[in-house]
Amino acid sequence: MEQSYEQSLKRLEEIVKLLEEGGLPLEKTLELFSEGTALITSCSKYLDDAEQKITKLLGNGERDA
Amino acid sequence: MITPTPTVYSVNDLNTYVKQVLDNDENLKYIFVTGEISNFKAHYSGHLYLTLKDEKAAVKAVMFAGNASKLRFMPENGMKILAFGTVSLFPRDGSYQLYISDMQPDGIGALSIAFEQLKAKLEKEGLFSPLHKKPVPRFPRRVGVVTSETGAAVQDIFNVLSRRFPSAEVVLRPAKVQGEGSAIDIAKAIKEFNELDAADVLIVGRGGGSIEDLWAFNEEIVARAVFESKIPVISAVGHETDYTICDFVADLRAPTPSAAAELAVPDKIELKGELLSLKQLLFNSVKGTINNERANIRAIEQKDVLRNPIVRINENRKDLVYISERIENLTANAVNLNKNKLGTLAEKLNALSPLGVVARGYSLVENKGKIVKSVADVSIEDEISMKLSDGSVVAKVLRINEG
Repeated sequence: MEQSYEQSLKRLEEIVKLLEEGGLPLEKTLELFSEGTALITSCSKYLDDAEQKITKLLGNGERDA
Repeated sequence: MITPTPTVYSVNDLNTYVKQVLDNDENLKYIFVTGEISNFKAHYSGHLYLTLKDEKAAVKAVMFAGNASKLRFMPENGMKILAFGTVSLFPRDGSYQLYISDMQPDGIGALSIAFEQLKAKLEKEGLFSPLHKKPVPRFPRRVGVVTSETGAAVQDIFNVLSRRFPSAEVVLRPAKVQGEGSAIDIAKAIKEFNELDAADVLIVGRGGGSIEDLWAFNEEIVARAVFESKIPVISAVGHETDYTICDFVADLRAPTPSAAAELAVPDKIELKGELLSLKQLLFNSVKGTINNERANIRAIEQKDVLRNPIVRINENRKDLVYISERIENLTANAVNLNKNKLGTLAEKLNALSPLGVVARGYSLVENKGKIVKSVADVSIEDEISMKLSDGSVVAKVLRINEG
């Protein structure tokens, strides 16, 4: 994902709001629509495709609870 | 000791002798004494001086800096304690005292006292203030975890994180969570995360255990590290009922490590639901716009000009015919009107014509081509012509009778 999930979601909500308010030229509407569907696709992909990555910082943990 | 010849002791000899007697008495070594603290004095050297008393008696006591530094609470006047130590004599004063090597509050545990004291101190400093609480990000890219690598807590945290939000990277900094040096290690781990900027949110904690096991999370050094952390910290120590200083300082307190993981990341299922409803809204809103546009097009299609151009042309033609007819009518009317006017004028003109006058029986007299209007216009013997309606008569002037 190029931008963070948070940013994508925010943009998506913005697009829906713009479209719901209406009054935009058809061309602009379709442009926003395709941007919105692309964002939904990339967000879904971000959620679905991820396999948790675990990295470790060097430390000196011991065997206890 | 009693001899026939009395021995005379110096004061110092006496005190030294009594000290020896006390020191050699096994019953006075490593004993427990309970009492209430009074005359408490913490010397700058670190030694603690106090008097232990009960309802009937008092005894002086001292605790040297080496032992005092290990205390987890600060003794206070009026505090009832259980002291552990050895009885001896301070030769200079000749007073015997209890040399305390360890003590704990009688009744409530030393740790509880320490807990309350540190809590009160940090609260006063404002470390627990809501003003200092940082918001936990909703969609962290990296979740930092400070806990034991081998404990149950780390597995619980990993399980919840991977179930709820596998998109986030988990960064584990294994730390010693109990025993000697654990508080220092936890504090260090928190600092490392901040120095490396290695996480967007931190989970600091461990699984359940005794108050001693959890003690590292009640240490000031951990509390300060949490407070100073730029990265929001979720504290997750022990079970639901365990409260630690770390919990109070943290930006968010979770009852358990699993709960901390749930607070750290959003739920993937919920997010997918959210995306789905956004998708629905997106489609619906665009559908609405497209339907509107379609309705507009339909409305335009309904117009005659697009439906059949011939109709429009015929309509234009009709208009044209109507206009030309109207023009013709108007012209005709105008002409008629003028015709009538002309008739009237002609009649008027006719009435004024001299010929008309002649026709009514009058005659027109001319002399040498000029109309005769006066006797002065003729002379005797002039030949004058008289125009009648059906011809003219030429006559000679015989006489002139002036008017």
